[in-house]
Amino acid sequence: MSDQPDNLITINLNGKDVQVEPGLNIIEAASRFGIEVPHYCYHPHLSVPGNCRMCLVEMGMPGKDRATGEPMLNDDGSPKIMWVPKPVIACATKIAPGMHVSTESDVVQKCREGVMEFLLVNHPLDCPICDQAGECRLQEFATDYGRGHSRFVERKNVKPKRTRIGPRVMLDDERCILCSRCIRFCNEFIGKPILGFTERGSYSTLTTFPGKELDDNYSLNTVDICPVGALTSTDFRFKMRVWFLKETDSIDTESSVGCNTIVGSREGKIHRITPRRNDEVNDTWMPDSGRMLYKQVEADDRLTAYSIAGKPCSGEEAVKAAAELLLQGQGKVAVVGSGRLSVEEQFLLRKISEVLQSAPTYAVARYGEADGKLISADRNPNVRGALLTGMIGNLPEEQLEDLRKKLESGEVTHLLAVGEDLAEAGIPAELLKQAQVVYIGTRHCDTCQHSKIELPLLTVFEKSGTFVNQQFRLQKFNQAVPGPAGTLFGLSTFTKLYAALTGESPYAPSPAAIWTHMAEEIAEFSGLRYQDIPKTGKVLDGSRFDKLPFREGASLHFTPAAETANA
Amino acid sequence: MATKVVERKPLSIWERSYLPQIVGGLKITFKNMFKPTVTLEYPEERPEIPPGYRGVPTLVRDPNGREKCVSCQLCEFVCPPKAIRITPGEIPEESESRHVEKGPQEFEINMLRCIYCGLCQEVCPEEAIWLQDIYSFTGYSREEMVNDKQKLYELGGTLPDPYYKWDRKKQAELEGNPHH
Ligand code: SF4
Ligand code: SF4
Ligand code: SF4
Ligand code: SF4
Ligand code: FES
Repeated sequence: MSDQPDNLITINLNGKDVQVEPGLNIIEAASRFGIEVPHYCYHPHLSVPGNCRMCLVEMGMPGKDRATGEPMLNDDGSPKIMWVPKPVIACATKIAPGMHVSTESDVVQKCREGVMEFLLVNHPLDCPICDQAGECRLQEFATDYGRGHSRFVERKNVKPKRTRIGPRVMLDDERCILCSRCIRFCNEFIGKPILGFTERGSYSTLTTFPGKELDDNYSLNTVDICPVGALTSTDFRFKMRVWFLKETDSIDTESSVGCNTIVGSREGKIHRITPRRNDEVNDTWMPDSGRMLYKQVEADDRLTAYSIAGKPCSGEEAVKAAAELLLQGQGKVAVVGSGRLSVEEQFLLRKISEVLQSAPTYAVARYGEADGKLISADRNPNVRGALLTGMIGNLPEEQLEDLRKKLESGEVTHLLAVGEDLAEAGIPAELLKQAQVVYIGTRHCDTCQHSKIELPLLTVFEKSGTFVNQQFRLQKFNQAVPGPAGTLFGLSTFTKLYAALTGESPYAPSPAAIWTHMAEEIAEFSGLRYQDIPKTGKVLDGSRFDKLPFREGASLHFTPAAETANA
Repeated sequence: MATKVVERKPLSIWERSYLPQIVGGLKITFKNMFKPTVTLEYPEERPEIPPGYRGVPTLVRDPNGREKCVSCQLCEFVCPPKAIRITPGEIPEESESRHVEKGPQEFEINMLRCIYCGLCQEVCPEEAIWLQDIYSFTGYSREEMVNDKQKLYELGGTLPDPYYKWDRKKQAELEGNPHH
C-alpha cells in the first residue's frame, strides 16, 4: 500500500481498526469501508445541519486520566474506551485518532427504528403514485432499519399537496421529511433564499417565500437531492418508473463546462437526465437547461433520413454521392466542422479535409453569458477537442466572414458542413445556393434547403465518444439510445466517407479504434486508450494552447487562465 | 446382444372362451350407466368457476365508478412474460378523482403473452387488477388478442372495495387538521 498518503489516522470501526484520511465525518469515513450510515439531511456538498437524526451512532474515545494525563487502561492493558453516554450524529462528528465508532450496536438500531417511526407517523401512503418510489430513501431505510409495522392509529396530518413552486418543480408537503436539503441548496448554491419552513412541530410546512418562485436554472437539483418524493420534476412527473430506466453515463453538451450526467432511458426513449457526481467538474449538480436537451432526439426538425437532391436514398448511396461531389471540387472545398462533434469525429473530419486539400477547416463559435456556476460563456462542448485533434488551428469565430469572402470570390465552390447551420453563421442564402453543399447534421435547417446531399448526424445520446471540456479534461460519454432507424451506426458516416474519398479504409467506426490512431498522431493523447479513460475524466496537457484567448468566465471548479494571472 | 426368451404361459379353456373378459367389461359399462355424469355439454353448458380461479386479467372500478388503477407500473414490472404495457398519465384537474393524481392513460395486456400466473394481481397495491373467471379467450388476429384499457374495464366491471383509501384521503383533505 505504497500509494497511500502517510497522514492517515486510525479509528476503530465496529471493532476493527481501519486507516482513513483525517477530516472526514463518520458517515464518509464509514462509507470508505462499505458501511452505510443511513442519513437524510447530510449531503456531501451542502452544510451540515444535523436535523434528521437518522445518522445516530455510538462513539467513544480512549480515556485519559484527568489528573495525570496518562491513558486509562483496562485490566488487560488495552486502552479504556470512554463511550459517549448517548449516541452522536455521524454527519457532524469528525473522526479523530483512536476514535471508536459503532454503527451496529443495539442502541443504534433502536435509534434508527425510533427515527423511522417518527418520520412515518404523518407520512402519506403515496408510494404507488409517488415518482420517488424505487429511489426513495424513506422506502429504503424503512425496509432496512424500520420496525416493519405501524403503531399509529390516530389521524394523519394533512398538508398542501400538488403545489407548483416553480416552473419545473412540484411540491407535496405531506411527503416532506423536513430535512432542509432543498432550502440549503437554494441558500448555498443558487445563492438566493427561496424556500423555507413555516409552522411548527408536526405542522412544519415547506414553502416558498411569499411572491417568490423557485425558477432558477438550477432548481431541478432540489428534486435530485430531496431524499423523498416531496419535490418532483414537472417534466418527468408521472412519465416513467425509475426502475425501468437504463442509466447511461453522458455529458451535458450545452457549454464547455461538460457537466457529467446520467441519461435514463427505456426501450430507446429517453425520459430524464440527471447529474452524475464528479467533484472536479460539477459536484452533484447540473443546470435545468441541460436536462431538457434530450428533447432534440425526437425534435420536430430532426433530420432522420438520407437524401440526394431532395430524393431519399440509403446511407451508403448518400456517402458515395457525397464523396463524388466533394472530389469534383478537390482543392476548392471548404469543410465546416463543429465544436459540438466528439473528439473522434473531429479527428476523422480533419483526415477528410486533408484528403480534399481544403482550406483550413472552420468551426462556428457560440457565446452566451457565463453564469459563474455550471454554464460557461463558450456554448460549444468541445472546442478544445477540435484544437487538440487539429481540426481547427485557432479559436472559432461566430460569423464565418472568411468563408463568405472565399465563396464570393469563387475560391471555394464546394462545402462540407458538419453539424452547423451555415446560414446561421453568416453565409447568405445566395452563396449557399451557388455552392455545392453536403450537409451532415442533426436537424433540418436553412443550410439543408440549399444542400445537394443530406446525411443525418447522431446526437450525443446516440453515440459514444469523448469531449474535452474547459479544463482540458477528456470525458467519455456513452450511447444511451439507438439512432433514428436506418442511420449509419456510430462513426461510420465519417469512416465510410473517408473510405469513399480515398478508396482505403484504415479506420474502424468505433471510438476505441479511432483512439489507437489518435494516440499515435496527437502528442497530448499519446499512450491513451479509449477504454482506459476513467469515469471522472482525465486532464490533458493543454499548454500548447496557453496563448489562445478562450472566452469563458469562471465556473464552479474552473478559473480561466487570464484571471489566475491577474490575481 | 443377448436375447432372453420369455415363455408364454398357455391359456386355459376357460380363458380361451373370453367370457371372463366380456363379463368384466360389461360390469364396468353397467356401473357407469347408473353413475352421475361428470362431463359437460360444452359449449352449451359451462362449468362453474370456483373462487380464486386465475382467468383473464382484468381491471376493475370501485363501487363509486373510480378506476382503481393508479398506473404504478408494478404489475408491468413483475409480469414474467412482459405482457403488460402501461402509459401512465396525470388525472386532469377537472376530474372527480383529481386527488388520486395519477392514472393509466393506456393499459394493454397482451393475451398472447400472458401465462395466467396471477403475479400482477398479487403485486397490485391498489387491488385494481384481478384474474377473474374468463377462461377461454380467442380472436382472429394478434391485435384482437391485446386487451386495451377500455376492454379491460369492460371485462373487469366493479369490485367491492372494503377500504376506500382514496375517498378517505379526500375527506381528510377537506376536513383539514383538527386543531391549529
Ligand atoms: S416519498 Fe417515498 S415513502 Fe413517501 S410516498 Fe414517496 S416513495 Fe413512498
Ligand atoms: S422537500 Fe425534500 S429536500 Fe426539501 S426539506 Fe422536504 S424532504 Fe428535504
Ligand atoms: S397473469 Fe401473469 S402473465 Fe398474465 S398479465 Fe398478470 S403477471 Fe402477466
Ligand atoms: S393495476 Fe395495480 S399494479 Fe398495475 S399499474 Fe395499476 S395499480 Fe399498479
Ligand atoms: S444526517 Fe441528518 S442528522 Fe446526521
